[in-house]
Amino acid sequence: MDLFQYDFMQRALVGALVIGLAAPALGIYLVQRRLALIGDGIGHVALTGVGAGLLLNRSPVLVAVVAAILGAVTIELVRARGRTSGDLALALLFYGGIAGGVMLVGLSDASSANLNAYLFGSLTTTSPADLTTIAVLGASIAVLMLALRPALFAVCHDEEYARVAGLPVRALNMLLAVATAVTVTIAMRAVGVLLISALMVVPVATAQQVTRGFRSTMTAAMALGLFAAGAGVWVAATADTAPGASVVLLAIASFLVVALAAAARRVLRRRATPAVVGAPEPHEVVLR
Amino acid sequence: MTAPVIQVGHATAGYDGRPVLRDVSLTVTAGEVVAVLGANGSGKSTLIRAVLGLVPLGAGTVELFGVPQRRFRQWHRIGYVPQRLGAGSGVPATVAEVVASGRLARRGVLRPPGRADRAAVDAALRAVGLADRARDPVATLSGGQQQRTLIARALAGGPELLVLDEPTAGVDAASQEAFAGALHDFLGTGGTVLLVAHELGPLRPLISRAVVVHQGGVCHDGPVPEPAGHHAEPDHDHVHPHGPEEPAGLWSS
Repeated sequence: MDLFQYDFMQRALVGALVIGLAAPALGIYLVQRRLALIGDGIGHVALTGVGAGLLLNRSPVLVAVVAAILGAVTIELVRARGRTSGDLALALLFYGGIAGGVMLVGLSDASSANLNAYLFGSLTTTSPADLTTIAVLGASIAVLMLALRPALFAVCHDEEYARVAGLPVRALNMLLAVATAVTVTIAMRAVGVLLISALMVVPVATAQQVTRGFRSTMTAAMALGLFAAGAGVWVAATADTAPGASVVLLAIASFLVVALAAAARRVLRRRATPAVVGAPEPHEVVLR
Repeated sequence: MTAPVIQVGHATAGYDGRPVLRDVSLTVTAGEVVAVLGANGSGKSTLIRAVLGLVPLGAGTVELFGVPQRRFRQWHRIGYVPQRLGAGSGVPATVAEVVASGRLARRGVLRPPGRADRAAVDAALRAVGLADRARDPVATLSGGQQQRTLIARALAGGPELLVLDEPTAGVDAASQEAFAGALHDFLGTGGTVLLVAHELGPLRPLISRAVVVHQGGVCHDGPVPEPAGHHAEPDHDHVHPHGPEEPAGLWSS
C-alpha cells in the first residue's frame, strides 16, 4: 500500500507486529492461571502513569511502565501477604488507577483527544522514540517468555509442585507480574488501555481450539497475534478505521472462524465414524 | 547411607493459626516404604505437606537427608506426587510436557532441555505405561492415567525419595496395578517412599511400615494394621474430598 511509504505508517506496523508477538506469549501464562483479565486491571493503573507523564512532560509510555510495574508488584504483594479480600484491594487499585489517570490528564495541557489515544490506542502517532521503547521491551518479553517456558509452565500449571521442585516460584511470579505491566504499557499504544487484554487473551483462546499441547498453543497464539496485528494495521490504513479496534476485531474474527471450523470438523468426524460414539474405552496398559 | 531420609521432630503445623498437627515425630530411613494412614481430616496430608515445606511449621523440626528443611536445596532428590492434577486451565498441555516439568529440579530454570531430559521423560512414561499417550492432551486422559502422569513427572527427575499424596484414591484398578508396578521398580533402584493413603490396595505388599495419624497425632507406628469395620468391605468406596487447601491467590491458581 502507498500509505506504508510514510514513516509513521511503517512505525505503526512495526510497533503493532512486536506487540502482536509479545502479548500472546505472555498472555498464555495468564490464561493458564485464569487471570485472563488481569491485563485490564493493570491497564487502568498504567493510565495514571500516562497522566503523570503528560503532566510532568515526560514520556507517557515510560512513566506508565513505571506506574504499571508498581501496580503489578503491589498486586503480587497483596496476594502473597494479605490473607483477606484481595478482591477489594484490587478494586481500589484499579479504579484508583483509572480515576487518577483521568484526573492527571485533565490537569495537564493535553486535550481529551489525547486521553482517547491512550484509552483506545493511537498507533499512527507512535514517535521513533516510542517505537524504540516498544521494540526493545516487546522483544525482551517475547524472548523471556519463550526461554523460561519450562519453568513458567511448571509454576502456572502446578505451583505447589514447582515449589517442591525447588523452583524460585516467588521470583517467577514477580517476573510474570512485571512482564504483564510492561506488555500492557507498550500495547497501550497499539490497542489502548481498554482493549489490551484482547491481544493477550484472544489469540490464545483461538489457538487452543485446535492445538493439543502447550508449546504448540504458544506458537500458534504468537502467529495469530502477529497476523491480527499486521492485518489490522493494513485494514486500518486501507479502510481508514481505528487501528486498535481493527486489530482486536480481526483477532476476534479469527477466533470465530477457527472455533466454527473446529466444531464443524468434530461433527464431520463423528458422522464419518459413528462407531466411535458407542465404542468402549481402550484398555489401560497393565505393566509386568 | 544410614542417615534418615526424613526426620520430623515434635512438629506442629496448621492453617491460619488453627493447628492440624500436634507434636508429631516421624523418621523414615533409606529404602523404607512408609504409609501414612488415617481418616479424613486426621492431618495425614498436612503431615507430608509440612515435610515438603508446603505448610509452615509452627514448632518442631523437619530434616530432609540430614539437612534442616529451610536450608535444604537438593530438591531434585525428592519427587512429589500431589493427589490431583490442578484444575484444568483451558490451555492444553501434552502428557510429555507435564512430565518434562519433573526435570526442572535437576536442570534448573535457565538451561534449556537436552537429550538427557528427553530420555528421562521417555523412560518415566514407559515406567507408568503411558508411552503411547505422550503427545495426547492430559485433559483427555482418565483420572487414573492422569495420576500416572503425575508419578511419571516425579520419576523423571530421578529422585531418591518419592512423596505421594493419596496416589490410589478414586483410581481404576488397572492404573493402581500400573502404579504398584512403577513403585516396585523404583524401590528396586534403592528408592525411599512416603505415601499418604486411605486404602492400600495393590500397594499393600510393598509397604514396610505404617504410621496412623489420628486427630493430628501419631497413634500407631509399626506393621500395617488390618482393615476394620466397613473399611474391610470390598465394595467400600474410598473416594474422598481433598483436605484443606491454602486459599488460592491472584497469581496462583
